[in-house]
Amino acid sequence: MSQETPETSATAQDSIDVAHLAGLARLALSDKASAEVAADLQSIMAMIDAMRAVDTDGVQPLSHPLDAAVRLRSDVVTESPDPQHFQRHAPATADQYYLVPRVVE
Amino acid sequence: MKKFSTLRTMSASLAQGDFSSVELIQDHIAHIHNEDAHLNSFITLSAEAALEQAAAADKLRASGDTRPTLGLPFAHKDIFCTNGVLTTAGSKMLSNFVAPYDATVVSNMAAAGMVCIGKTNMDEFAMGSSNETSYFGSVSNPWDTQRVPGGSSGGSAAAVAAGLVAGATGTDTGGSIRQPASLCGITGLKPTYGRISRYGMIAFASSLDQAGPMTRDAEDAALMLSVMAGFDPKDSTSAQRDDAWLGKMATDGIAELDQPLTIGLPEEYFQAGEHMHAIEAAKAELEKLGHTLKSVSLPHTQAAVPVYYVLASAEASTNLSRYDGVRFGHRCDSPQSLQDLYERSREEGFGQEVKRRILTGTYTLSVGYFDAYYLKAQKIRRLIAEDFNNAFAGVDLLLAPTAPTPAFNKNQLTDDPVAMYQQDLYTVPSSLAGLPAISIPCGFSQGMPMGMQLIAPAFREDLPLALAAQFQRHTDWHLRHPGEEL
Amino acid sequence: MSWEAVIGLEIHVQLATQSKIFSGASTAYGAAPNAQACNIDLGMPGVLPVLNERAVELAIRFGLAIDAQINLYSIFDRKNYFYADLPKGYQISQFETPIVGAGQVTVTPENGKPRRVGITRAHLEEDAGKSVHDLYPGQTAVDLNRTGTPLLEVVSEPDMRTAQEASAYFRQIHTLARYIGICDGNLAEGSMRCDANVSVRPTGQEAFGERTEIKNINSFRFVEQAIEHEIARQIDVLEAGGRIHRETRLYDPDKDETRSMRSKELSNDYRYFPDPDLMPLTISEALVERIRSELPELPDARCARYGDQLGLSASDATAISSDIDRADFFDAAVSAGANAKQCANWIMGELSAYLNKQAMPLSASPVTPSLLAQLIARVEDSTLSSKTAKTLFDALWEEGPSADVDGLISSLNLAQMSDDGALTQIIDDLIAANPKQFEELRGGKDKMLGFFVGQVMKATQGKANPQQVNEIIRAKL
Repeated sequence: MSQETPETSATAQDSIDVAHLAGLARLALSDKASAEVAADLQSIMAMIDAMRAVDTDGVQPLSHPLDAAVRLRSDVVTESPDPQHFQRHAPATADQYYLVPRVVE
Repeated sequence: MKKFSTLRTMSASLAQGDFSSVELIQDHIAHIHNEDAHLNSFITLSAEAALEQAAAADKLRASGDTRPTLGLPFAHKDIFCTNGVLTTAGSKMLSNFVAPYDATVVSNMAAAGMVCIGKTNMDEFAMGSSNETSYFGSVSNPWDTQRVPGGSSGGSAAAVAAGLVAGATGTDTGGSIRQPASLCGITGLKPTYGRISRYGMIAFASSLDQAGPMTRDAEDAALMLSVMAGFDPKDSTSAQRDDAWLGKMATDGIAELDQPLTIGLPEEYFQAGEHMHAIEAAKAELEKLGHTLKSVSLPHTQAAVPVYYVLASAEASTNLSRYDGVRFGHRCDSPQSLQDLYERSREEGFGQEVKRRILTGTYTLSVGYFDAYYLKAQKIRRLIAEDFNNAFAGVDLLLAPTAPTPAFNKNQLTDDPVAMYQQDLYTVPSSLAGLPAISIPCGFSQGMPMGMQLIAPAFREDLPLALAAQFQRHTDWHLRHPGEEL
Repeated sequence: MSWEAVIGLEIHVQLATQSKIFSGASTAYGAAPNAQACNIDLGMPGVLPVLNERAVELAIRFGLAIDAQINLYSIFDRKNYFYADLPKGYQISQFETPIVGAGQVTVTPENGKPRRVGITRAHLEEDAGKSVHDLYPGQTAVDLNRTGTPLLEVVSEPDMRTAQEASAYFRQIHTLARYIGICDGNLAEGSMRCDANVSVRPTGQEAFGERTEIKNINSFRFVEQAIEHEIARQIDVLEAGGRIHRETRLYDPDKDETRSMRSKELSNDYRYFPDPDLMPLTISEALVERIRSELPELPDARCARYGDQLGLSASDATAISSDIDRADFFDAAVSAGANAKQCANWIMGELSAYLNKQAMPLSASPVTPSLLAQLIARVEDSTLSSKTAKTLFDALWEEGPSADVDGLISSLNLAQMSDDGALTQIIDDLIAANPKQFEELRGGKDKMLGFFVGQVMKATQGKANPQQVNEIIRAKL
């Protein structure tokens, strides 16, 4: 699967935009934490970049060790969930709904 | 009951009526109360429920139930969902999470009559090699409490090594059963990917995670494996297998090997280091037992750690998106908006290592980097799997060190994630290939136990189990325990 | 300057399975909040998806119906984004390797020319839950019952040029989905929803203009209105010298306007990658062939058959074949012996009117295909006049499926009078009572024939056969 840009586009020398990544991952990082993580990510990516030396021309990606086909289930209703059971320890609920701060569409 | 008994010994004693399961459990709970304060190997102790289950097991036994696992105590790594019991995955995020259902492994063990006495400490979401990322505090190595027990199944390894339980469940994504087994001097089996259901096991990296037993010896590992394993329709990646040896090992014990094996020594794993003399002695022992040792090559070994960190972090980054403060787990105080709810709940709920991996995974999956990292890593994953296939064309199984070092001191590697990741050097390649591997004690270094691993072709756990059992019949490394003279 | 619109639709079809695509919870509509969200739908720690085979079969059925390539190897990916009604923080979908490849349909808008619309692909994915914004002050309430309902997302090429074509295409997919039984087609319950990609360009220009996406339209009328509006808005912006920005907009049918959706403005780097919990989906040729052999006659083929073999007019054939229930009713009545043309008239006329009046679905009609066939037979053999046939239809509607047609004709005394003697007597009496009019008729004033026939029908309460009455009177002249 290809999401634009050829294999050679990224290098560990690129500075990593931690704020952007934290936004995608929904993590509120303080400036200090961001700076620390940025340094960690740089060294992790430098370690990872060692794999670029491996020649993978013509190799099919392996996404799963079993390398097999998915198994299907028959279309039968087997669950009758009890919302009270699942919501016993939920942070905020009302009338069987989960509550979150108001979303403006 | 003698401390450091095996499950098999306890099973025999229960069968003979030397003590009841209730007495056995009481004994265990007392030990844990006395000794775990300085180890911190348990997060939750379920004394009451365990005693109830033990009483039920005794009743079954009185009515003629002779199953070898009936009434035997064990502990679950706190990564398995247990209905009605706190299930934390070592994280603040789930520090209030009472699971509303049982993992398949949990129900399998309960169905075999085994009694869970508590849930063991672990690296947060199984991300770590020292058990220092746990929200519930680090775990001490029973051999030297200044040192780490390894991770991520550090609580299970320490509890077994200290004789608090004879068996505990673990999970292994890149070495999380084998490395702590090696560092704590116990036996740890990572089965073939798909052998044991992942349903209800809190996910770290789905294409790598695999549960397994952590025990005092190979016999007990086989016994627990037979209970934990099995096809599960609730897990799409569960393998449909019908291996007769599995049930036979549980009922009759591990049979003697009927012929000597050819054991491969991957040259990339045998670099000079302090672990080498223990391995050299083990090699000599295996040759004495009639096996043939042969050098083989797994040429893509060096790329395995980078590949593993790309794939595992990518999978983890999205597996952990469900922890958003909406339906369960930690929620920040007075969220101002949905965005604020997500960002602060996750920032507060996750520890530093987890955040590092989420960000690493987010980075390698993002637009523009996907091909260079994720796809490239998947291609090398195939090359690594093919390395093993090629090697197994000429040998029955592989022998290698489990970890590059014995247990290290607490805080020694916490500031250097990349150095910590090197702990996985010898365990991640077989994880990437989904292969079974067992780690068993084979000697000491710096007064700390060292392990060796036996890696087999897919679904051939019988080979390393049989070889490990044979090795353990002729050596006593697995009988050593902390506190005795070495 | 004159402008041309370019429109593509993404239609989300809820597949008619009993259970969800990856869990064993029910897909039934209308349960209490979260009463159909099991631990898998809730994205609880440790849960895993297992694919519903029925969803796969229904997707294949759709692919075959649009003459598309069925991909024997397809992959489920994770589409990563955070939203309150997306419990796992990712949606399981198919990105690069969908189950259904390129296909096509031909659509004909009302008063328009037929247009071939290419379908790029159709892929399986899971539906999200629902957010309710007006229940609790300051809070959004989340109901995850819909989470995990199987969806087939049908993506069209940007082949449509008018809002009418887009609406006709949406209808066509709806008709098809109901025909092949992959969806209940209930738009009010959200069983089919569509997103429209709209851009405009100067007529004659090759390159596409920048597009906007209008989300979540769930009626044929709104598709047309929303696109119509968006085209006009874009032209206004461009003619005022402005630029169109790629964005997601929401159609508000109350105000008949689209507005920018702030909540969707956040970065959309979805970080697709193969879901490691699900291995690739492989389908055998044998399964595809089995499903092909089970496909019902499709709307186009049926429409052609109604015209060519049964002699229906083009408009009748289209009207009957456009709805699977109607077409099945029609076929059942015809195979029970009904004259096709009359049958079409009854279905499109009386029957539709009665059903509409009571907002009743055809499946609940008290007048069954067999009763309608018997009624038509009695018109054909002249037992009933068109007037008494309607009286009988009323009676059948009241009595329901177990009604006895001939019994009702006799108990209600609806049979036409065919007794010559009795009719002759009535006619003789009328001639005697109206000598002047009879003289005029005799003198060649043909209009008077109608007068006498009318009087006879009145006297017989419509039961006389007008043809027969005609003949008797003419014989008197």
